[in-house]
Amino acid sequence: MKNLLSAATLALAVGASGLAVAEPVKIGMITTLSGGGAGLGVDTRDGFMLAIKQSGNKDIEVITEDDGQKPELAVQIADKMIQSDQVDILTGIVWSNLLMAVAPSAVAQGKFYVSTNAAPAALAGANCNPLYFNAAYQNDNLHEAMGEYANKDYKKLFIMAPNYPAGKDSLTGFKRYFKGELAAEVYTQVGQTDYAAEIAQIRASGADGVFAFLPGGMGIAFMKQYAQSGVNIPIMGPGFSFSQDVLPAIGDAALGVKASGQWVKDLDNEANKKFVADFQKEYNRLPSLYAVQAYDAAQLILSAAANADVKDTEAFRAELLKADIKSPRGNFKFNTNQHPIQDIYVTEVTKEGDVLTNKTVEKIFTDHGDAYAKDCKM
Amino acid sequence: MTFALALEQLLNGLQLGVMLFLMAAGLTLIFGVMGLINLAHGSLYMVGAFACATVAAWTGSFWLGLFASLACAAAAGAIVELLVIRRLYDRDHLDQVLATFALILIFSEGTRWMFGSFPLYLDIPPLLQGAVPLPGGTQYPLYRLAIIAAGALVAFALYLLISRTRLGIRIRAGESDREMIGALGVDIRTLYTVVFALGAALAGFAGAMVGALQSVQVGMGEPVLILAFVVIVIGGIGSIKGALLGALLVGVVDTMGRFLLPKLFVLFVPPSQAGMIGGALASMLIYIVMALILAVKPRGLFPPAHA
Amino acid sequence: MSRETVVNFILAALLLAVPLLANAVGQPFYITLATRIAILALAATGLNLALGLGGLVSFGHAAFFGIGGYAAGILATHGFSGEPLVFGLSGTNQMLVIWIVAAVTAGLAGLAIGAISLRTSGVYFIMITLAFAQMVYYFAVSWPAYGGEDGLSILVRNQFPGVSTMRPLSFFLICYVVLLAAIGLFALIRASRFGSALQAARQNPVRVATVGIRPFRIRLTAFAISAMMTALAGALFADLNRFVSPSMLSWHMSGELIVLIILGGTGRLFGPLAGAALYVIIEYALGGITERWQFFLGLILLGVVLFARGGLLGFIAGKARHG
Repeated sequence: MKNLLSAATLALAVGASGLAVAEPVKIGMITTLSGGGAGLGVDTRDGFMLAIKQSGNKDIEVITEDDGQKPELAVQIADKMIQSDQVDILTGIVWSNLLMAVAPSAVAQGKFYVSTNAAPAALAGANCNPLYFNAAYQNDNLHEAMGEYANKDYKKLFIMAPNYPAGKDSLTGFKRYFKGELAAEVYTQVGQTDYAAEIAQIRASGADGVFAFLPGGMGIAFMKQYAQSGVNIPIMGPGFSFSQDVLPAIGDAALGVKASGQWVKDLDNEANKKFVADFQKEYNRLPSLYAVQAYDAAQLILSAAANADVKDTEAFRAELLKADIKSPRGNFKFNTNQHPIQDIYVTEVTKEGDVLTNKTVEKIFTDHGDAYAKDCKM
Repeated sequence: MTFALALEQLLNGLQLGVMLFLMAAGLTLIFGVMGLINLAHGSLYMVGAFACATVAAWTGSFWLGLFASLACAAAAGAIVELLVIRRLYDRDHLDQVLATFALILIFSEGTRWMFGSFPLYLDIPPLLQGAVPLPGGTQYPLYRLAIIAAGALVAFALYLLISRTRLGIRIRAGESDREMIGALGVDIRTLYTVVFALGAALAGFAGAMVGALQSVQVGMGEPVLILAFVVIVIGGIGSIKGALLGALLVGVVDTMGRFLLPKLFVLFVPPSQAGMIGGALASMLIYIVMALILAVKPRGLFPPAHA
Repeated sequence: MSRETVVNFILAALLLAVPLLANAVGQPFYITLATRIAILALAATGLNLALGLGGLVSFGHAAFFGIGGYAAGILATHGFSGEPLVFGLSGTNQMLVIWIVAAVTAGLAGLAIGAISLRTSGVYFIMITLAFAQMVYYFAVSWPAYGGEDGLSILVRNQFPGVSTMRPLSFFLICYVVLLAAIGLFALIRASRFGSALQAARQNPVRVATVGIRPFRIRLTAFAISAMMTALAGALFADLNRFVSPSMLSWHMSGELIVLIILGGTGRLFGPLAGAALYVIIEYALGGITERWQFFLGLILLGVVLFARGGLLGFIAGKARHG
């Protein structure tokens, strides 16, 4: 009986590899489509689906479900997608706490995870995994870029982030490159909406600049309040704080703010022009960082699926690693820990007609990897 | 630490307190008169902010938006009262918790359905833009001073309403004896709807005022809701005076805690750790204060005499 | 046999039958779903002891659920890494040890929180329990050692003597047995003198005091036992997800536990199970249909409160026999 079974499996396996290219790929997308953080998930989904749609590849099936930004729910959906829908690849999670709930156990069950955004340090170093890819960045990257940039014009900085792991990664990354003095290092509450107390400290700190990592609603609140405070110390931050999804809500208060990004809307390459135009045409709004990252994640999966069978883990992984895509970001390749090596830019918030957006100021890092890759032994 | 910084932080605490009072006043009024726990009060705050942002975007006028926030929140409150809340007065707290929890889900997803997933833009009116000088040589945002003034005005108006008007007499009667006012020929059903709409309007007003300072997005009411509950419990549920003092206490304690605790810990541990530990303790502080107060005074600082 | 007993029996049998069937036809996800139901039902059974029998509406039971979860997560992390925990004690990956640690920790926390909270009553009690849960929540979010907001992954599910816990069905059976044991304990307590005193203290505290029973002690004991049961569920929940995070401690979780009880039928023996089953099934089914599922979940919950008083069991089995 046992022999019979294994013979059958063998036959199946042979059959499958013979049809490598046409083998359908099932992708499970878990992202945040309800609640306060839904904007990020909607951009993730739309960017991803744009690449899938453009490819015209009928053998790719994407199942999307809403995690409501709750780790438990994300785990339940992941279980369902793995056990019931039998997906080959999981993707789409926005937040690092949800990613930490889903990704380690997904890769332990032999599924690929391609991250479209969240990139905690915990998965980039010693705990890296052959099945875990990050198509976005490593958490520290954009903060490192601002640290490097700040060296030029600033001597004494006030730095601030929410009190959670991504916030700590942020300030760690910033300090790794910033050589000047720190006026203060402040951790705010996660989800905090009033920054009067912090703004008062900034005013009194004697700093010549402020670095703030406050994603989503936190950044909107901070920027609006800062604009009213009469404090004129320049603000800078990582791209997430001033991404296309929050700029309209911040309004003119964001004008002139310097931020960092591995992608900017005005990057001068063909892939980017096409991406921005197509995204606008399809969804009638400008894409954000999250949309680009998801677009590239989908491109990576598509490129690998064209040349390897997803059931053949080794081959598929090798194809993913090649990163044979035309990214709107320009140069893109994978590091040894399967996180991106890419250029990082400094941007400035500007106005095009009535629309707030970011423009490129300068390239701050070329082919930048991350600090954790050396600890990753694969 | 300078005098100017301390003064600025005190004003910040005051402003947070005033904003919390607008929320807490409605909650405590509704509980005092109808005996209802309304978890969906934060949703009415959100409705106010969304109404204000939408109307301000259409008309270009924040003031019309502010008016719309009052009208929409009151209307939403009245509708919810007529359809749902009305059936809950004679139920126990458990059913009220569940029903209003369900209302939160409906309001949040309903709002997202109508307005999309991205935060809305709402700016401070030109009249209140910018900062004004304070004694000590520092500056303070004019808009925050306006919030403090508006809150004080509302508190005074509520005081007049309750102590001087017919409606106020009925509300007070309702608080002390529900059967009695029915016997006196007051139309309780209408009174309840009016009180609920009044509470909702206050929440909507707070949402609109704060929306200009923060991000107008789905779920914005929940953190405020929890704080408002802390306030009314500290103050003594049903007491407007308690809500006012509780709100100011929570506002000042929270602001000062976030500001002073990290400084305190710098004396013992390295700065980056002090920030984390101080921050952690600061976020727990008002709950610690609340537990301490209730441990000593189980019915809050100003429990209404009757209940 | 009363009608409710029949319904209870059917519920218990169904909860067992579905995973067995799912296992037979190779649909392991339904085993996971059933496990989730069993664990949430266990947590709610714990709360039901305080809330249903004692009338103590705790809006902070997420604290105990999370304490149980973190006990499992922290012990397992140390068991895995071999680093000593405190006082040279090592971690462990034995479920039985973890359960004891989880229950004892939560029991002590329950005694402390209860001792202060039970001085209050009514809405004050609801809110002070919420305050304590918020304290634990913010502590977990900002304490960096065990992952903070990101939470803590358990790399390998903890061990149970003689059972392969990685097999979904085995793990389900463990949870199922624990749930039945907890329901059994609930029934014993309800029928005991202690249980009668607890219920009497809910219905008429003055009379209880006049016959020389101190309601405070009885309530405190019930609150602590209730905390222990919920913590046990938290430990199992951590093992189910192989993950713990502060969201287990959030006020939404406390709210959900209350929702489960009311959905099923407050104070009823199998109410939590009925409620958990209904809630998880609704959540799963709606989530598959529409991304607006929370809207419809809200409508359904509202419908239950307004029109199906006494919850699912009240609806099927008629009015409860007791207060």
